Amino acid sequence: MALVEIKNLHKSFGGNHVLRGIDFTVEQGEVVCVIGPSGSGKSTLLRCVNLLEVPQQGQVFVRGEDITDRDCHLDSARQQIGMVFQQFNLFPHLSALANCTVAQTTVLKRSKAEAEQIARANLDRVGLNDKVTAYPLQLSGGQQQRVAIARALSMDPALMLFDEPTSALDPELVGDVLTVMRKLALDGMTMLVVTHEMAFAREVADRVVFMDGGVIVEQGPPADLIGNPKEERTRTFLRRVLDPTHVEPN
Amino acid sequence: MTLTDTVAEKRPGLSPRQRAQRSRGIQYAVLIVIVLVAAFTANWGQIASVFFKPEFVKSAFTSGLPGAFVKTIEYTAGAFVIGLLGGTLLALMRLSRVAPYRWLATAYIEFFRGLPAIVVFVAFSLLPLAFADLVIPLDPYGTVWLALGIVAAAYMAEVIRAGIQAVPKGQIEAARSLGMPAGVATRKIVLPQAFRIVLPPLANDLILLVKDSSLVFIIGTSAAAYELTGFGRDLANTESNLTPLVTAGFCYLIITLPLGLLVRWLEAKAARAH
Repeated sequence: MALVEIKNLHKSFGGNHVLRGIDFTVEQGEVVCVIGPSGSGKSTLLRCVNLLEVPQQGQVFVRGEDITDRDCHLDSARQQIGMVFQQFNLFPHLSALANCTVAQTTVLKRSKAEAEQIARANLDRVGLNDKVTAYPLQLSGGQQQRVAIARALSMDPALMLFDEPTSALDPELVGDVLTVMRKLALDGMTMLVVTHEMAFAREVADRVVFMDGGVIVEQGPPADLIGNPKEERTRTFLRRVLDPTHVEPN
Repeated sequence: MTLTDTVAEKRPGLSPRQRAQRSRGIQYAVLIVIVLVAAFTANWGQIASVFFKPEFVKSAFTSGLPGAFVKTIEYTAGAFVIGLLGGTLLALMRLSRVAPYRWLATAYIEFFRGLPAIVVFVAFSLLPLAFADLVIPLDPYGTVWLALGIVAAAYMAEVIRAGIQAVPKGQIEAARSLGMPAGVATRKIVLPQAFRIVLPPLANDLILLVKDSSLVFIIGTSAAAYELTGFGRDLANTESNLTPLVTAGFCYLIITLPLGLLVRWLEAKAARAH
């Protein structure tokens, strides 16, 4: 059974039909990178996986449970799905440690001591064991994003969603975050990553999905999809990202 | 450039700086004239003996001013707590998904914000007539806290609602994506940030509340329950001298001026955080 299975997903905002029938799956332990031009619906797709966006049509199964079903206990489904946002969204009134414990104690009902132990281990895992008491505003963007990863990991998720996790970062801070994500992938975490980092996708992803105009145009192993794309739309997109100075012949 | 040029052309003798200097000189001269006229025409002896007579200041202190000062603070503090709790509840109701809650909260807020506070106090003073059996506990505190708190809640609700709406949407998304139910996300993530945002305007409401507590004498409390204004008015009546009231007035400043400083400090702190 696939960890995530999406069937015929449709989502529109007003008259804007953003997702036009998406079918795809993520297997246990798989790292899937979603690429595509802005406005192609890749972030919306990701946000449908934990129902931050509610699709108008279609189903999302997580571990076989249909989370679009009204009877589904959405909060407990979300506990298994960690999410990392482009804008970090750390809780500014809480320290790095408390950011990582607040959901553990309130949702998972872990004791404070246990939650703090788990939080410290995860902050250590992202290389921030010296920033446990720091508040988000005292941290750099890269450090904030790594706290956000530790916060999600502290819930012991079965799946991690990354929504353009390095897009809001200064270029010199991107590497730290990607290093943490690479390590996570090597540890066997199931990851669904919306990204513009082609080098990361090529190196870390088991599968790359190219989206355009609200549909999946093409998907496959990175060597095939990035190295030798079949579809013209994929080729055009890749030419633009891999060589931004390239001018399209008319 | 062209503006100063044309002005300079009209008055060839004066540069802009000289004109500013002369204008300032005139303002000082007017001030000095007013002060001199006041100094020579007013009957200072009488003013001093009516408003600032030292023996009445002393008698105010011995006949219960400290007690009235404490009452003012007690009335204000209790009403602030009621206003804060009620205001938070009303703010959450206004943002509720259940439409009737929104209507109720909006009606309440508009009603009590539009009403002069004194009307509410007069109504409370008449309540025992209308409901003979009505007993509000903790007399006189219960009645005073309720009357002040009912009005304060309406004002604070709007402030708190604005604070809740100022918390970025991403905060709620992050909380919900961690599996927090809506209620937990509101309590643990949204409200603490909202209150941080609205701390300066809430402290401002507290200052207004200190002053509104002076309306309490309308309810008709006993002499033992007098706050500053009730006390000052009563003593000024018996002594036929305004000094007790002026003394009580200064006591308000002892409370409100530090609060004003607190508001400014909070505002500066909030400005630095952004």
